[in-house]
Amino acid sequence: MRAAALGVWEFVVGDDWRLALGAVAMLGATALVAAVGLPAWWVGPPATISILYWSVRR
Amino acid sequence: MSAPEVSLAISVFLATAVEAVEAFTIVLAVGSTRDWSSALLGVGVATLVLACLVAALGPALTVIPIGVLRLVVGGLLLIFGLQWLRKAILRAAGAKALHDEAAIYQREAAAARDAAPAGGVDAYSFAISFKAVLLEGLEVAFIVLTFGANQDDIPLAALAAGVAILAVVLAGLAARAPLARVPENSMKFAVGVLLTTFGIFWGAEGAGASWPGGEAALPVLALLILGAAWLMVRDLRGGRPRLAAAPS
Repeated sequence: MRAAALGVWEFVVGDDWRLALGAVAMLGATALVAAVGLPAWWVGPPATISILYWSVRR
Repeated sequence: MSAPEVSLAISVFLATAVEAVEAFTIVLAVGSTRDWSSALLGVGVATLVLACLVAALGPALTVIPIGVLRLVVGGLLLIFGLQWLRKAILRAAGAKALHDEAAIYQREAAAARDAAPAGGVDAYSFAISFKAVLLEGLEVAFIVLTFGANQDDIPLAALAAGVAILAVVLAGLAARAPLARVPENSMKFAVGVLLTTFGIFWGAEGAGASWPGGEAALPVLALLILGAAWLMVRDLRGGRPRLAAAPS
């Protein structure tokens, strides 16, 4: 069971869990901006690039 | 074929080709060192498991509301894409060793020679081939299902994956060697850019955003991600010595 859970974690999250967390946070921020009625498409690209840059510089 | 269909086919083809090259190397090492029939049996059973997975989950995904599907699938594609792109950037910048199919072949062949011999069906050849195809194939199955379900065209995604596997197998049979000359990192870079692009696009749509120009925003987004990734490679390269290729 533990091995299966670890396998799923490894498959989905990979070797840098911060990337996964950043992606989820970015989508959450997009949903929040959209929920208040503002255009939300612009949130994703700069947030994603920032997350990736931070990850590769670590 | 529409532009989104072409993007889908290219993304799935490239991702599948990369995974197929990696699985091919391992099967070739085990088959040529120990027992081809057992290795091919492992490939066949793993392929059957993957086909059942796609056949079972494909129709199930199409009944999920499109907004929820795009949010979940977009998020997963984004996470996958960022992982691929991160590794490709680090490899292109010389901060991580390149994938070396010839070295992997040597390592797998040596391990296969050292394993205990077996009569009848060789459990070692079967297990290693089965595991290689299943693990590499799971990622392909995920990409086929997510891309296909989002664009409501799982058959096209499955066809692109099938063509990629066929191309790799034919190239491997012609070469009779590990496909060490395939530009794996460039392909992974491209797949990373495509998965990240579609992940941002679909994820944002699922979260309630509307893209200016609709699907016309996709190529702009892809160019933006590609340009940013290229700049990251240049930034990381500054004064860093390049690493030699490594088995994994």
